[in-house]
Amino acid sequence: MASIRRRGGSVSTTSISFPAMTLSYIALFAWTFVVLFPLYWLAVTALKTPLEVNGGPFYIPWRDFQPTLDSWHYIFFDLREDTFRPYTNTVVVGLTSTAITVLLGSMAAYALVRMRYQVGFGAIGSFVIALAIAVVVVVAGGPWPVGLVAGIAVFVLLLQTVARRFKRGVGNDDIAFWMISQRMLPPVATVIPIYIFFQQLQLLDTWAALIITYTAAHLPIVVWLMRDYFQSVPVELEESAAIDGASPYRIFRSIVLPLAVPGLVATFLFVLVFAWNEYLIALFLTSANAQTLPLTVAAQNATRGPQWWYMSVLILIMIGPVIAMAIALERYIAKGLLVGAVKG
Amino acid sequence: MSIHASPRALRASSWWRPVAARLDRFAGGVFILPAVLVILAFSIFPLLTSLYVSLSRLGFSEGGVQLKFVGFANYAKLLFGIDRPHFLGVSGPLTPIGIAVLVAIYGLFAFLLYRYARGPNLTVGGLVGRVLATAIAGALVWLVVNTILTSGRPGTLVVTLVYVAVDVSVQYLLGLGLALLVVQHLPGRRFFRVVFLLPMMITPVGVAYLFRMLVDTSKGPLYPLWAHFGLTDISWVTNPWGARLAVMVGDIWQWTPFIFIVLLAAIETLPHELVEAAVVDGANRLQVFWRITFPQILPATVTVVLIRIIEGFKIVDLPNVLTNGGPGTATESLTLHAYTIWRALDIGGSAAVAYMLLIVVTFVGISYVNLLRPRAAAA
Repeated sequence: MASIRRRGGSVSTTSISFPAMTLSYIALFAWTFVVLFPLYWLAVTALKTPLEVNGGPFYIPWRDFQPTLDSWHYIFFDLREDTFRPYTNTVVVGLTSTAITVLLGSMAAYALVRMRYQVGFGAIGSFVIALAIAVVVVVAGGPWPVGLVAGIAVFVLLLQTVARRFKRGVGNDDIAFWMISQRMLPPVATVIPIYIFFQQLQLLDTWAALIITYTAAHLPIVVWLMRDYFQSVPVELEESAAIDGASPYRIFRSIVLPLAVPGLVATFLFVLVFAWNEYLIALFLTSANAQTLPLTVAAQNATRGPQWWYMSVLILIMIGPVIAMAIALERYIAKGLLVGAVKG
Repeated sequence: MSIHASPRALRASSWWRPVAARLDRFAGGVFILPAVLVILAFSIFPLLTSLYVSLSRLGFSEGGVQLKFVGFANYAKLLFGIDRPHFLGVSGPLTPIGIAVLVAIYGLFAFLLYRYARGPNLTVGGLVGRVLATAIAGALVWLVVNTILTSGRPGTLVVTLVYVAVDVSVQYLLGLGLALLVVQHLPGRRFFRVVFLLPMMITPVGVAYLFRMLVDTSKGPLYPLWAHFGLTDISWVTNPWGARLAVMVGDIWQWTPFIFIVLLAAIETLPHELVEAAVVDGANRLQVFWRITFPQILPATVTVVLIRIIEGFKIVDLPNVLTNGGPGTATESLTLHAYTIWRALDIGGSAAVAYMLLIVVTFVGISYVNLLRPRAAAA
């Protein structure tokens, strides 16, 4: 029976020489400066009056200019509902879609790593023919439910008959590539069809529309990233669990997922970031009710030019929760991993 | 869809519950179908609709607007017609440097093809695929050299290619370097870990405005620098390469964290013993990296770079907000190109640009995966 031993720490256990350490710190602090300076500028801009922002660079509060909370007051009290509603929307849509995406995506990723799939050319051909029929029905003026039903009927029929004669097919890697290829079309081209789709379902300007779209849009990324993490989980653990009588679901939940926690956390974090910050799809699918924060930020670009001071406040309150989450979840990424999980 | 799932080594014997046993047998489908169905539902409809739109033109008739089928007119306009300078650029006479670069790259292509043709893995499909890929890559190289290394000017396709090539390679080098630095046992490394993630967390529109603020020559924080070089009067973003550089710096700043965190997680998932054994055997840090760490994180590397390439081709917010695509169309990316002509109500032309982008990304993606996947698998 394999035993799992966890240990905190990272790969390099060798001690670091003093010059190497100094150089490392110089490089690390250099990049820290590159990262933090723009954010510092954001923070001081949020404390300036419009006059000070436009009057030339002022760097240090109290020395170069007198900080004021005017912009904060405007965002929190004057705008009030127009800030809080998008905020709630962003939180709900971001967290829900990310949770669903990571769950479905890691299931599919695990399946693509540990199981063998073969989708026959016959099945693909049947699908294309069924799709063509559905499209013809819709283009010819039929209502879309009729097209959908006709397509499904043809698909099932062909699948049970002609499709069985084809032996060859595509495998796991092709499925994975098909998934990632769905991200290649730019949103500007997909957003109109998606708009029509939700218009038909009468889901425009709702959380559901955004959650569903973000889930579909980010699934391929989760699948691809989690595939690599699952690949690095030793298969022997799962084998011994299977011998002990655990079901695939049990193995997935109790062995594979816990071992892939660092990957899950990293993936969760930036799918959340994608959903949190998405702009174009939200612009089209929402208006007053389900509007998210990126739209509020962009809306501060008024006719007289961008209102940097309000924008800075909004960006700051937008990244606040995400930073808090990154700090909270960082310990999982940092936590020790599989160390000597498999012996012998 | 006939999915023959054969759960390798996962033959569970759940005799205690027939339902569970049934579910177990269909585990292959249960695991993958939700994702496949969601992606399928959201890919086919937009794909087909925008294909149809790209083959038509929006016309105003009495009673509203109407899509009129025009065949490949939108594509012809991009490749040969009036939009050619915008999309492909204007080529000038070749300079000696351009010729040298072309000869070098074509020579490399020819050598790689020759090596494959004489090698042991030769198949007809592989050869045809490689010849085709080389031909397309050669055409793209020709386009890039003819518009950039000459007196001509690059179109949106070339500009996007430059963005992707420069951004992704710099992001990868920086991300990998930072991951290797942070993974060491240094006091305070958890601080760096979180700080390095920050740029990724800002909404891209916000980053674009932030950089517009930073590169401002009269009231931005770098004003003393511009003043020192006497550049305050001329807005340096009117210089095509200066403007492109600003866009690229913004993109690199924002997305280096993405590669950083993926590689960091990959390095931390590595088994300890390998490195320890190598160190015991007297390997130095460089050897440990090249012989152990790098091959082990290669799969994650291939993935993260592919994702960055795909996302990088869709760059839009930075050029749009920072320079509005200008000066002229110097910083316009393909997505911004599609967006601007979409705003001008040329919906068909916009979809055609989007489809050209799809074709280029698909080509780059497939070539990349086919080149690197076997290598990653072998490692």
